[in-house]
Amino acid sequence: MPKRLSDIFSTLLSGHKKTDQTTVRIKRTRVEKPKDIPTKELPVITTPHLITGIGHSEGLQRDHNEDTLFTLTTCISGENGSQPFGIFIVADGMGGHQYGSKASGIAARVMAEHLLEHIYKPLLCYPPKQPKDALQDIMRTGLLEAHQSVIKLAPGGGTTLTAAVVIGQQMTLAHAGDSRAYAIHHNQHMEVLTRDHSLVKRLVELNQITQEEAISHPKRHVLYRALGQGEPLEPEIITSTYPNNGYLLICSDGLWSVVDEDQIYKIITQAPNLPVACQQLIEAANTAGGPDNIAIILVQSVGQNGS
Amino acid sequence: MGAVYRARDMHFPHIEKLVAVKEMILQTNEPDVRKTIVENFEREAHILASLSHPSIPRIYDYFTEDIKSYLVLEFIKGKDLEAIINDMQDFIPEDQIISWAIELCEVLEYLHNHKPEPIIFRDMKPSNVMINQSNHVVLIDFGIAKPFEAGQKGTIIGTEGYSPPEQYRGEASPLADIYALGATLHHLLTRRNPQLEAPFSFGERQIQEINPGISPELVDIVNTALLYNPEERYQSAKEFKEALFSVAQKTGALKRISIPHSVPADSSKIKPLWTFECEDEIRSTPLYHDGVVYIGSYDNNLYALSAATGEFIWKYPTEGSIVGSPAIHEKYLYIGSEDYRLHAISSRSGKVVWTYFAKGPIRSSPRVAEGHVFFGGDDAHLHAVNLITGREAWRSEAAAAIRSTPFITENAVYFGCESGDFYCLDFSGQMKWRFKAKRGITSSPIVQKGVVFMASIDWTVYALDAANGWVIWRFRMGKGSISSPCVLDKLLFIGSADGFIYCLDTQTAKEIWRFRTDHQVSSSPMVYKDSLYCGSVDGSVYCLEYSSGRLRWKFQTDGPVIGSPIAHEDILYFGSTDHNLYALVT
Repeated sequence: MPKRLSDIFSTLLSGHKKTDQTTVRIKRTRVEKPKDIPTKELPVITTPHLITGIGHSEGLQRDHNEDTLFTLTTCISGENGSQPFGIFIVADGMGGHQYGSKASGIAARVMAEHLLEHIYKPLLCYPPKQPKDALQDIMRTGLLEAHQSVIKLAPGGGTTLTAAVVIGQQMTLAHAGDSRAYAIHHNQHMEVLTRDHSLVKRLVELNQITQEEAISHPKRHVLYRALGQGEPLEPEIITSTYPNNGYLLICSDGLWSVVDEDQIYKIITQAPNLPVACQQLIEAANTAGGPDNIAIILVQSVGQNGS
Repeated sequence: MGAVYRARDMHFPHIEKLVAVKEMILQTNEPDVRKTIVENFEREAHILASLSHPSIPRIYDYFTEDIKSYLVLEFIKGKDLEAIINDMQDFIPEDQIISWAIELCEVLEYLHNHKPEPIIFRDMKPSNVMINQSNHVVLIDFGIAKPFEAGQKGTIIGTEGYSPPEQYRGEASPLADIYALGATLHHLLTRRNPQLEAPFSFGERQIQEINPGISPELVDIVNTALLYNPEERYQSAKEFKEALFSVAQKTGALKRISIPHSVPADSSKIKPLWTFECEDEIRSTPLYHDGVVYIGSYDNNLYALSAATGEFIWKYPTEGSIVGSPAIHEKYLYIGSEDYRLHAISSRSGKVVWTYFAKGPIRSSPRVAEGHVFFGGDDAHLHAVNLITGREAWRSEAAAAIRSTPFITENAVYFGCESGDFYCLDFSGQMKWRFKAKRGITSSPIVQKGVVFMASIDWTVYALDAANGWVIWRFRMGKGSISSPCVLDKLLFIGSADGFIYCLDTQTAKEIWRFRTDHQVSSSPMVYKDSLYCGSVDGSVYCLEYSSGRLRWKFQTDGPVIGSPIAHEDILYFGSTDHNLYALVT
């Protein structure tokens, strides 16, 4: 028993301290496999659940962080099988010093509370209930509630909000602004699930300007939809299948506007685990100049095939 | 003023969906005025988005950014009438002008009859009428753009030269549109642009003096529309249209020109390859297999017909009406009947192999999977019957009669029942989850990528998580539906008792288009190649372009079409309550 415990500790520690010393010790104790836990080369995992990594940085050119992120993963594994559940939110605030961070904080909290109340709580009932409303409606009202709260509590401030609720194989997203959610498939495909509500992005979508022109366009930071900014707000709501053996990535434009998708894909699929992947993504954004705050949530669903 | 961009909607990476993006720039710096203008814009965009007419471009999206507002709408390939006039060396043939005029009356009629309030187009003129590639008219540039152009010459009051006198006093009524259509026709017939002439001076440019080839009847019609006093003009677009029709009939114009939307002459072009008449109504969907078409009828028989010729091969009599469609597995057909039985029949000889008794009529269509045939009964049970022996493997009780056809995936059976309960069972008949709609579910479910889609008589299309029955989205229709959805890529198609065929995005529940038939749509849409086929209680089978909902043709039968069409090798098969099974070449 103690032997096992020490193995566990050494494994745990190795995740945090990447010192040579630790590495050497692990090699000796033949527990290299557990070190790889969050990677795809694992032995078959039968119980479906979600694991996450996060990254949060001011970037190199800002002195404070206006981004807020929220993650929650739970699992009820019991008589009706395993029901993995996750809420993931990235909000990228704007509008100057206090109001930006205030707006993103309000939005993320209001949204998270709304989703817990209306989606997660019914799950905890016995027998488990279904939510009263359609998931997409709950997401929509949550985002609009967050929008109203920002208007009330941080007037003048604005924020993007990209929220995903993962339940089993389905994920439902609510989105306004230019943060992004990607479904990352194993065939090198980064599927963007959200639409950037930025004027410049819309022009790209409509083939009016090229990607290259967009990168340096003077209005590239102008959003035509954001929380706290004008009414009416029409959130985008979409339900998609969780990518088989893949990842869900939600990030602010501090990442995606400076690190290209190939590089993001490479980092995520080659990193030993999710937290390291997120840290490496932040480093990549900062290497590229780190012009903006960076918020990253990376989610992996494991065990789906084994169930 | 703003620009109009031709754009591609990147939401549909697999199909090239072109859209027009109209950019409108606010001309005022006054914040309150701006706010009002943007609010008006959004309200009007909302109204426009709810319109559905072949001569009105569909609105897909709108948004405002700073001083610019954008409207994303259907891209119309074609040319506007002003360009057509300018590009033609000679006068446009009268017949052609009449057919366009009839279509313009139709769309005005549609707008003027809009509830709760009539919609006044306000700015009828050649440059606002597009002629698309099928030679049909499409109205562009609705009044929506007007407030953005304040200060421009001839804007709020329409366009000088085409607008009636009363519009200059700020009055806009359906009769103003009638005048402007008259002015537009005058321009088309004479090639004389009224904008370059003194206002209201049509009387000084008599049509026949300029273009003597025009029939006097048509001249009279145009002159009537252009009368100074609104009371003396045609009092509705319908009246205007009827006058045009009568001229067209007299001159034979309609026979020589391309046909407007509403004239069902299109269907006369489609001749059935063959028809087969049963002794009673057909309400079910045929099955094609290996050169043979099978169809059940209210005359109690299941028929086997040659798919190529419609020739009778055999019929199998049951003792009750057949509402469902047969399933085929290897050499055997399975069909339920209102005689309470499921019949297993040799597909070659039409002879019975076994029958299985339920405790009520069987109206659901059977589905075969895992060595069993699954079907619902009015006895409120889902039955699983062994394919070989015809013995019951299990049956699972539901809250009410099951008339929907079960959908079988690799590990579950999905079906709805008449109480509104919807079930997911495992292969041993144990319930995995249950969902309840407000009213009955006759619509048969389809499961795709872990999501169940079906409709209920409670006016709603549902998307449920196939794993747990949670509602992902709801889409509200104008009435209930017993039509079963059809899903292709990310598009869902379904009919409704409100008379529409809807196309929705499966991921967002957003309506992509809707098409109005003249009665309830109980039939289930079917997509074959790039067309969607669906029957309606109005007696027609419609062929629509599935990506846009545009009508390609319709085929009229003598009774409501309740069942769904199927297609095989470019031949469409469907039954009608006029007793006939039709085979049409698509």
